Amino acid sequence: MARRKKPSLAVWKFASCDGCQLTLLDLEDELLALADAVHIAYFAEATSTALKGPYDLSLVDGSITTPADAVRIREVRRASRYLVSIGACATAGGIQALRNFRDVREFLSTVYAKPEYIETLATSTAIADHVPVDFELRGCPIDKRQLLEVLSAFLNGRRPNIPAHSVCVECKLRGNVCVMVTGTPCLGPVTHAGCGALCPTYHRGCYGCFGPMEAPNTPSLARAFQAAGRSETELVRSFRNFNANAPAFREESERHDE
Amino acid sequence: MAEVAPPEAERERFVLSVDGLEALLVALRGDGWRLMGPTVRDGAIDHAEIRGVADLPRGMTEVQEAGTYRLARREDGAFFGYAVGPRSWKQLLFVPKLRLFRAHRQEDGFQVEPESTEPPRLALIGARSCDLHAIAVQDRTFLEGPYKDPDYAARRERLFVVAVNCGQAGGTCFCVSMRTGPRATSGFDVALTELLEGGHRFLAEPGSERGAALLARVGAIPAREPDARAADAVVERTAQSMGRAMDTTDIKGLLYRNQEHPRWDNVSERCLGCTNCTLVCPTCFCSSVEDTTDLVGGVAERSRRWDSCFTLDHSYLHGGSVRHSIRSRYRQWLTHKVASWWDQFGTSGCIGCGRCITWCPVGIDITEEVAAIRATDGARPGA
Ligand code: SF4
Ligand code: SF4
Repeated sequence: MARRKKPSLAVWKFASCDGCQLTLLDLEDELLALADAVHIAYFAEATSTALKGPYDLSLVDGSITTPADAVRIREVRRASRYLVSIGACATAGGIQALRNFRDVREFLSTVYAKPEYIETLATSTAIADHVPVDFELRGCPIDKRQLLEVLSAFLNGRRPNIPAHSVCVECKLRGNVCVMVTGTPCLGPVTHAGCGALCPTYHRGCYGCFGPMEAPNTPSLARAFQAAGRSETELVRSFRNFNANAPAFREESERHDE
Repeated sequence: MAEVAPPEAERERFVLSVDGLEALLVALRGDGWRLMGPTVRDGAIDHAEIRGVADLPRGMTEVQEAGTYRLARREDGAFFGYAVGPRSWKQLLFVPKLRLFRAHRQEDGFQVEPESTEPPRLALIGARSCDLHAIAVQDRTFLEGPYKDPDYAARRERLFVVAVNCGQAGGTCFCVSMRTGPRATSGFDVALTELLEGGHRFLAEPGSERGAALLARVGAIPAREPDARAADAVVERTAQSMGRAMDTTDIKGLLYRNQEHPRWDNVSERCLGCTNCTLVCPTCFCSSVEDTTDLVGGVAERSRRWDSCFTLDHSYLHGGSVRHSIRSRYRQWLTHKVASWWDQFGTSGCIGCGRCITWCPVGIDITEEVAAIRATDGARPGA
């Protein structure tokens, strides 16, 4: 196709393990095609080249945990035509959002010899809590086929084909026998699809890595977990995970945490 | 497709030994049919490709209740001593995912590359009466309307059906209420009834000429009166032990006049909106069409996959989803299934297999929901 100019891509890191942005490098078979289709302007994990903005598409990995990052994300937003946040950290605050349920100052004094050198926020929050986001791609980590779909969609000016329904749909499309009905509590019925039902395919209950699905009914599933013998503590842990600060999961975990 | 069966009364019945069953499966394979039959997989009796009698779930059964399914053993060595499994034959006819076409960008415009796959010739082994009715219900949707679904039609034409009359009802079965079983009356080439007392054998009934020819080839012998009576007794006993029942008296009127019934609020507190009920239902036919492109926009693909009236996207129109609440989605599903399906297709959309009850993670029971509405017919919110 005759494009006038290759769109520029920037990849940004905030508080995260980097796993999601590395998914980009993990697109082994498509990497050359991607390098052909876009101009990589900023991607510290891949190249030391750092071109100035504006950028056509920014992928943002990580959550906002420091005052400096709260400022930096605004700069990234200003320099980006489209901004897509990727992964549980960027879309829900990540596992580090467990701090949101406790007093961060206690952690600081326990962990650091000189806590006064540490400048941090009381919470870990999603990118969308700070700046407008054009699309959120879920997952801990994100799924590489879904990342490719989002990139293709933005490059072709179409809507990404990323359904927000439950993991159950993916199980049924794969022909899996439901693990919950055969005896293993599973978060799949309230969890956003995307992983391809990885854990249920290997006979494990879903851990909720992709966060809450569209309009989840977490109280009903929690009652089913209780009926299957899960304690209140276990329920808190089930919902307070990589997506602990996603509103539906946060509220459900709080209901079981007195 | 199974040929038109002669009227039941005129059908001759035969007896087939266990070895005869193996011979029948071998003969079908020899004729180029891929056998899709019951086998134990991931804690359930599910259909998969089988090679012969050795793959059948001999001595296995299951315990089904709302929201639970457990495998169990049985002592009598029955091959077909279970009810229906997690997946219906819909999986093989209205397939979960289907690529419709690919398009390649050209200098000027694009070129469409249609899909041209010849579907396999499948022999369904152990199909139950309710599921044969379900196939007939889907035929109305995919073959008998103004638009024929070509993929479904091609798969449907390449079927051989060995039905089994149920020797035991599952805990969530209610085919008797829906008049769809437990005895198979049409839609098969051969129907078997497994007889366990007085020697392990099968009563076999041809439902088509090719079914009759097959039985003759594998050494089935004409049944004596006691064998025929024993088979009738098996089916009768199953009919007497249905796990569930649904009163269908004026069911359309019942649901149409109870659209504001408080039971819909009650069920919406339990329903997860997870879609399982619709995806396991052998008659649910919704799909979504998805388009994708490659990175540079050189190749585009259109595919179809199962969808469900429980997803928000399913009713998404400009500006938002029409059925936003779980209440409205569950009500839509249940009302369509047992009431408005009649208006649309001249039949019930529910054939009483009980899958939606067993495979609902929170055990929501269609028979219980209908009964609750019937018990308080006309109730209004707050009343
Ligand atoms: S509605 Fe439920 S019982 Fe009726 S055919 Fe569908 S899955 Fe079976
Ligand atoms: S009725 Fe059950 S299976 Fe169906 S959407 Fe609701 S919770 Fe899921």
